[in-house]
Parts: sequence; C-alpha cells; structure tokens
Amino acid sequence: MQFFIPNNCRLINKAWFIFFALGLSAAPVFADGPSGVTNIFKTYSTPARAIANYTILILAVCAVIFVIVTGLLFYTVARFRHRRGDDGREPAQVYGSNQIELAWTVIPILIVFVLSLVTARTIAEVQNAGPPSKALKVTVVGHQWWWEIRYPDLNIVTANELHVPVSETAQPRPSFLSLESADVAHSFWVPQLAGKTDVIPNRDNRMWIEPTTPGTYLGNCAEYCGTQHARMLIRVIVHPAGEFEKWAAAQQSDAGNDAQAKAGRDVFFSTSCVNCHTIKGTEARGKFGPDLTHLMSRQTLGSGAALNTPEEVRAWVRNPQSLKQGCYMPDMQLTDEEMDQLVRYLLTLN
Amino acid sequence: MGAANPEIPLTRPLVSPSIVTRLHALVVTVDHKKLGLMYISSALFFLVVAGLMASVIRLQLAVPNSNVVAPDTFNRLFTVHGTAMVFFVGMPIVAGLSNYLVPLMIGARDMAFPRLNAFGFWMFLFGAVLLYFSYIGAPGMSGHGSAPDVGWFAYAPLTGRAFSRGNSTDYWTLSLLVSGIGSLASATNVIATVFSMRCKGMTLMRMPLFVWMMVVVSGMMLVALPPLTAAQIMLLVDRYLGGNFFNTQAGGSAVLWQHFFWIFGHPEVYILMIPGFACASEIIPVFSRKPIFGYSAMVGATTMIAFVSMGVWAHHMFSVGMTSVGNTFFMVSTMMISVPTGIKIFNWLATMYGGKIRFELPMLCCLAFLFQFLIAGLTGIMLAAVPLDWQLTDSYFVVAHFHYVLIGGMLFCIFGGIYYWFPKATGRMLNRKLGLWHVALFFIGFHLTFDTMHIPGLLGMPRRIYTYDAGRGWNTLNLITSIGVIFQIAGIACLALNILISLRKGSKAGDDPWDAWTLEWATTSPPPEYNFETVPVVRSARPLWDLKHPEDPDWKYE
Amino acid sequence: MTNADALYLPDETAPWRLPSRRKVAIACLILTESAMFTIFVVAYLFYIGKSLTGPYPAEVLKTPILSTICLLASSVTIVMAERSFKRERIEAFRLWWSATIVLAAIFLGSTAAEWKRLIVDHHLTISTNLFGTTFYSLVGLHASHVTVGLTLLTLVLVLSLKKSIRRADGERIEMVSWYWHFVDAVWVVVFTVVYVIGR
Repeated sequence: MQFFIPNNCRLINKAWFIFFALGLSAAPVFADGPSGVTNIFKTYSTPARAIANYTILILAVCAVIFVIVTGLLFYTVARFRHRRGDDGREPAQVYGSNQIELAWTVIPILIVFVLSLVTARTIAEVQNAGPPSKALKVTVVGHQWWWEIRYPDLNIVTANELHVPVSETAQPRPSFLSLESADVAHSFWVPQLAGKTDVIPNRDNRMWIEPTTPGTYLGNCAEYCGTQHARMLIRVIVHPAGEFEKWAAAQQSDAGNDAQAKAGRDVFFSTSCVNCHTIKGTEARGKFGPDLTHLMSRQTLGSGAALNTPEEVRAWVRNPQSLKQGCYMPDMQLTDEEMDQLVRYLLTLN
Repeated sequence: MGAANPEIPLTRPLVSPSIVTRLHALVVTVDHKKLGLMYISSALFFLVVAGLMASVIRLQLAVPNSNVVAPDTFNRLFTVHGTAMVFFVGMPIVAGLSNYLVPLMIGARDMAFPRLNAFGFWMFLFGAVLLYFSYIGAPGMSGHGSAPDVGWFAYAPLTGRAFSRGNSTDYWTLSLLVSGIGSLASATNVIATVFSMRCKGMTLMRMPLFVWMMVVVSGMMLVALPPLTAAQIMLLVDRYLGGNFFNTQAGGSAVLWQHFFWIFGHPEVYILMIPGFACASEIIPVFSRKPIFGYSAMVGATTMIAFVSMGVWAHHMFSVGMTSVGNTFFMVSTMMISVPTGIKIFNWLATMYGGKIRFELPMLCCLAFLFQFLIAGLTGIMLAAVPLDWQLTDSYFVVAHFHYVLIGGMLFCIFGGIYYWFPKATGRMLNRKLGLWHVALFFIGFHLTFDTMHIPGLLGMPRRIYTYDAGRGWNTLNLITSIGVIFQIAGIACLALNILISLRKGSKAGDDPWDAWTLEWATTSPPPEYNFETVPVVRSARPLWDLKHPEDPDWKYE
Repeated sequence: MTNADALYLPDETAPWRLPSRRKVAIACLILTESAMFTIFVVAYLFYIGKSLTGPYPAEVLKTPILSTICLLASSVTIVMAERSFKRERIEAFRLWWSATIVLAAIFLGSTAAEWKRLIVDHHLTISTNLFGTTFYSLVGLHASHVTVGLTLLTLVLVLSLKKSIRRADGERIEMVSWYWHFVDAVWVVVFTVVYVIGR
C-alpha cells in the first residue's frame, strides 16, 4: 500500500485565500458612497451596520474553530499516516474516554452560550426598534415583479424607487417601511441598508432603514416569486438634506398636461392602459400596474429591466415582453403612429 | 465460496440468462441486495440527470445578462434540479445503502418485510418518473404548464391555482407524495429489521454504528415526512377542492406552508446527511486501524441530533417577520445542534489519532468529507446567527452552504461508501488510479465552484435569479463557479467509467479486501442470496476483530 | 470462510429474545400517522376564529355523541373479540368482531349524515371558508382512516367465516386491533379539537 498524501489538500488551502482575495477585491475598497456592488460589509445605514459589526464576532469565532480543527486534522493525518516499513502490527485499540468526551461537549456548549447571548441582544436591537416621531413612513407593496411605493402621509405613490432623506446624527430621520404583498411572497433586500424582510400577503411586516450617506443603493427581491423574480430590482435613493422635500413636492403634483402630447394622451385613454395604470390628475386610476404620473423621474423601467431612456420607453411600449418576458403587461398591438404619439406623451410625465 | 470443491455442484447456470430473464428477475425481486443496488443505481442515474440540469444553470449564470435559456426554463431547471437531488438522489441512496447493508451487518437473511421493500423501491421510481414526466405531461389540454417551476420548497401562495396554472405544481406534489410513501415503507422496514432480526449476541450497543445511524434516520423519516405529506394534501385540497389552507384572500396563511414544509425540510437534510456519517463511521476506523472512538457518545450524539433537528425548522424563516422571541428560540436551538455535530467530528478525529492511517480511496473521500463538513458546519453557524442571516438567507451564501453540506459532506461520504462496499457487492475492486482521478478532479471542481459561490452571496446576489446585471461585482465570481462544474463533470465521468470497467475487469476482491471488522465482511463477495451460510453469533461490536485477534478480543474490554 | 463455528459464542445461554417484527412495524405506522394527524390538528387550531365569513362552528356544529360512543365502544368490542380468539371461542370472536364492524359503520354513517346536513342545510363546504376547509380535511382524514380500518375488519371477518384463520394468526389480528385503537384515539383528539375547543 503506497504512501500518499493528497496534494490537492495543500493546493486548496492556497486557493481558498486567493478566492477570498478575489472576492473582496471585487468590492471597491476606497469608495466613499454606494456603487453597484452591494457588499454587506460596506454599510451605510444603522441596522446594516449593527449587523456588520456583530458579524465580526461570529466570523472571528468561526475562524478560530476552523484553524484549530483543521490544524488537528492535518496534524493527525500527517503524524499518524501509515508508513512504509511499518512493523505491521495494529495500533493500540482505544475505545474512548469519558473525560475527553465531556471536555469537547462542555467547551462547545460554552461557546454556543456566549454566541446566543450576543445574538439575542443584536436581534432585539435591530428588530424591536420602534419608529421615532420624525420617522418617515413608507408602505412598500410587492407585486409580481415590481414594487409599489406609497407615502401615506405625503400622498405620494410611485414605483420601484424608494426615495428617503439622509439621516444625520444631529437630525436622525430613519424611514420605517410597512411591507405588504399584492400577490405572492417577495422579500425586500437592500444589502447596504438593512437585512432582508419578507413581503408576504395577508401579513404585516415592518422594517426600518437609517441611511447616513446620500446616493443610490441597489437591492433585489430576495424571495422567488415567479418568472421575473430576477428582474425585480429595488433602488433606494437617499437624498441629502433638503433635497428629499424637493423630490416629494415634485411627486405630489399632478401629471403635466402638455398640449403637444394630446394625441398621445388620447391613445393612452382609448386603449386599455387606464385599466392598469394611474396618472394623477386624470381619469386613469388603474391599480394593477405601476403609477405612471412621474414615470420619467425614475432611473429605470420595469424595476430594473431597462434604463429609462426614450428608446427603451419605446421598446417597452412596443412590446414589454421583449424587455421582461413573462411580465403581466401584454403587447398592446399599437400601430407605429399610435406608438410614436403615446411615447411622446409618456415622455412628458416628469 | 470460490475455492473449487468438485463435490459441491455449481450453483450458477451454465448458460448466461437472457437480458429479458435478468430484467424480469429485477422487476420481481424482493431480495434486499438486489433492491439495494437498484436504489443506488437509480440514484446515481438521477445524480447525472439532475447534475446536467445544474450544469445548464451554471452555463446560464456564467456571464451577466445571459439568455442561454428562457426565464421560465431556468426556473424549471432549478426546481427540478433541487427536487430530484433531494428526493430522487439523496433519499434512494439512503434507502439503497440501508437496504443493502443493514441485514448483512446484523447477520440477518433479508429485511423484515421483503415485499414491502420492493414496494418502496417501485414507489420511489414511479415518483421520479412522474416528476420528469411533467415536462411532457403537464401541458395537458390547456397547454399551460410544464415541469414545476415553483422552487423545490414550493412556497405558497405561488403554488396556488391563481399563480401556478396548469398541472406543473401537481406533478411536483404527486411525485413527492408517491415516493414519500415508498420512503416511509423503507423506514418502517429498517426499524423492524433492526429491532427484530439481529443475530444472537448482537445487542443494540454491539451493532455497527452504520446500523444505529440508519435506525435513527428511519425514525426521523417516520416523523418528518408526514408533515410534508400533510402539507401537500392541503395544497391539493386548495388547488382542486377550492380549499383555503394557503389562500391568503380567504385569510389563509402563506407562512403556515413554510412552517409545515420546514418541519419536514430541516430533519430531511439530516436524513440526507446522517447516512453519510454512517459511511464515515465505518470507513474511518477501518482505515485508521482503530475502533471508533466513543461508540456510545456517537450513538448519543446522533440521537440528540435527531431530536434537536425537529426543533430548529424556523431557521429557514428568519426573514419572515417572526417576533424576536421566536427568532431567538430557533437561533438557540440551531446553535445547540452544532454541539452533538461537533462531538462527532471530534470523535472521528480521535479515531484517527494514534492510528495507522491508510490512504485508500474510501479514506481519502472521508478525509475530504471531514475538512468540508467542518466548513459547512461553520457557515451553518453563520446562518444561525440571526442578524447575519437577515443578510445571507435567500442569497448565494445559503446555496453555497447547503451544497457544501450535501456535496462536500454527504456525496463525498457516499463516494467513500461506493469505493468501500463496491467490492463486497460485486466481488471486484474499483480501479485505484481512475478512482484517484475521480476524487482529485471532483475535489478541485467542488472547491472551485462552492468556495467561490459564498462570495456573491456576501455581495448581495439573491438566489433563484435567471440572470443578473453586469455592474454588481458578481461576474468573475460566477464565471469561476461555473468553470468548476467542468471538473466535477470530469470527475463523475471517471467514476462512471470506473464502475463500468471494474464490473467486468476489476481485480477480484475476496471476502474481506480491507481487513475490516463487521459482519458483512464475513461472507463472500458478492454475498450469496441467503447472506450467511450459518447464522453468526457475536460477542462484541467487532466480531471479525475478535476472530482475527483471539488474544485480544474486543469483548474483553466491554 | 465459515462463520458460526469460528465466531465466539457468548457465555450466557440465555434465550435471545427480540420483539416481533409485526409489532414494531405497526408501531412505526402508528407513529407516522400520528405525525400526519398532528399537522392537520395544528392547522385546525391555528385557523380557529380566523374565518373571514360564516358559517361559524358555534352556529352549525352539533356534538356527535352517538357516533363517538359507537366508535369508543367498538374499541371495547374489539378487545372482547381478541379475548375470545385467545380462548379459541371462534363463534364469540366472530360475534364481537361483527359488533365492532357494525359500530364502525354507524360511526361512518353518522359522519356522512352530519356532512350532508352541513352542506345542504348550512352551505358549509370545503371551499366556503377556513373553518370549512380545516373541518372537512381533519374529519375527512380521520374518516378515511376509519374506512381503511373497516375494510381490514371486514376482511378479517370474511377470512374467519371462510375458516382461513388459524391460531397462529392471533398476532395479525392483534395488529388490526392496534390500528383500530389508534383510529379511536385519534378521534378523541379530533373530537376535542373540533367540538370542544374549536367551538
């Protein structure tokens, strides 16, 4: 029987470090604000930061256990391997030891005990925080495959983008989200701002964020909800002080009524667009699809399926299935002329 | 029985039976060995099929904004991949190993209920066929539906009539109901066999640990499978009789499905993993040349795992919005389960310590298992840490974690079991060189894929998405993950080749090629249909050690 | 390699007693069925008071005293039947066994009558509301188990009348009775949950 230590064991230890480095290098180390890379350790909000800080302890404990046990494993394999030229006798047959069993039962129990206490405290810290009076209240409604965002106190309804004010130490302004679902289970996850909370029909879930740096934060729906689960992105836009109020004021206004786009308006109202979409200040009060009152103020179409440019608006109106196959907006079979007019109208909805 | 004695007539027919006769023999067999091998062969077949599905998934995810497959196709792929891997690869391997080995290890002639055994196998196979048949059958008359696309845990209300049209979800439900009945039959059979058919002298604490663990697993199956059955019956009531169990419009609760599913789902993953432990507990002692360290502790730890595992299920639901009290309770129970699991790892290490470790293929697989299972357990602790779980659940971190447990843990043990017991079942050794290629390639591929896969999870990549945008920092990581699949495929190909070649040309194994100590090695390879010429009588947990070392038998130290 | 003569015999010549495989198997069956019923009971308890529309339990449920007595009595009669079988009084066995079947049939008939009343008079179906769904599912699941039991009981009776049952079959008959006692015990739980707690 030849003596053989699997070389790939050592190789894989080196590789492990390389992968880790690769992975972390994927996250920008010197960035000041959020980017598209939503690293859960690069946090910009109080709950996310609490989680990240707590994680350091967990990672440390796991790392220590890993080093010790792997060390023991490699040591045992190296020291007690069968050597050529061995005398062929069986080694001492040891059946067990009660003291040793006790030792490696008690020590893990102690570790678990400590971890449980720390964890319980962090759970309470994040979960049981109640909204202070200055908090912004938002209702987020998950739909199959887009997000409806309502500000009940501000009388604003929008889609796919959650706008919130930045929270400063002098003037904390957390946002408290009420999560509802119109159909199936979804999950609201913006990693750099908070842990995820599921969005479940017939259930009231709450979460809160307290962003401390302005910028655009990306997130995803994190509970499989059907065909286009992958394209149910979330954008949280955190406004610097004063800017949020400007945004809110603009959102509260009715839709523009540009005379040049009248033809398009007529197309909108004569086709079944009004059955699904709302445009404030008009008779369009459909609730099935996103509110279009300020469509052009948003960064993307179809909750991240495409950038919000005139070409993409046109592509969407022509055939939404080409940008987001399986979504519930059908191809409306418009003529080219109708489409041009309709797009011209939509582009006025700032 | 190979030594030629001219006075004993040949028991083999002179002419090889036709293929029809041989197939017929398999269809009507109630022999536990044949059924065991049928279970395992079917499982390996579905491993390849579901593995190929995973390869397509990884092909799609290798680059951002990809359209190798349509979104619906992708969603069906991961649903069927997951369902098949758990129920038609994992479960039949458990059933196959226990059915083959348990009677041999306890000195019995067959299982307690041979016909029930056959029934269980055919139910499993029928269930598997049903699932894959859905690709063809589910469109039905309406043209809606294909294979199920609701994820392997099929959360409500996505599975309701309103959101799952056609019959795809029903195929998911029915295939699992059918094969679930087969699993319960198998579990009952194992327990009855072990309690009622042990050979003389084999008290419960003298059984091989493998047998103990299969008993525990069977007990878990009896208690954990019915919640799934119940939930699926409720789902059928909802879909076909207008029931409201999970109909949120009528006040039903989507979370109730999650509770019921995970009350099944969590013990299920231990049901899958513990047979891996069972293989390791047989292999590590033999190749360290020492008895297992702490036999009673291992029995106790396994039993404790079984019981505690029934109380941790909601750790799959930490983001559902349970109260902090609920979250804390399940966090504590989940952390607690790491204690008996750790005890087992330490006992295996202690078995090797002071031994003379031989690096044969079964042992190499078990060494990889120990290393990988440790990592999997630690990422499990990270997931038990509730606040961290709020970031990591439903992300690729979890996908990496559970593949680490199931592949890095369970599958590697199964590989070890295959290398260890193939000689017993077939009378031939597997080729060592091909085996080394298999293990090396698969090890590299496994780590390339699943080590890397943790990182996109940490960078916010959710699971079950058919594609992703380019600017998220996930591109290279996904590419590396996908490349690892190539190595894994190559490794499995080596294993398949090895099995096929060795069946014909492998070197003859003899009764006891590994110099082992449990009863299955006391009969020929392959064993005769009746297993043992005379019923063994044992006096310790290692009857063959006592035989080979009459000056220092185990029963002196009991 | 031959086995027994080489493997050491234990010093004790104490008899090697193992439990009967049939008993172990039926115990496993009862365990697994209990797990399934538990889930349906949990669902029932969870949804008590949560129906959005009527009819509600207090309005429509009538306590099934007669059928409960019949079912519980059938457990007594089956014990009597077993006793007769052990004493080889076959006619008495057949009589008590038939009594069990009759009582079971009355239970099922009674359940059917109650369901008819609920559906026709009160318009409570499985799809009406949460109460309807959980009620028919739980009671129906139990009734299906009673039906299976009834089939087994009838089978034994038929075999006995054909004189196909011997003394050695005593354990098989005992297993049928174990299953029957289980079904009875489940009814006690279902009755408590549906007609006592749930109202």
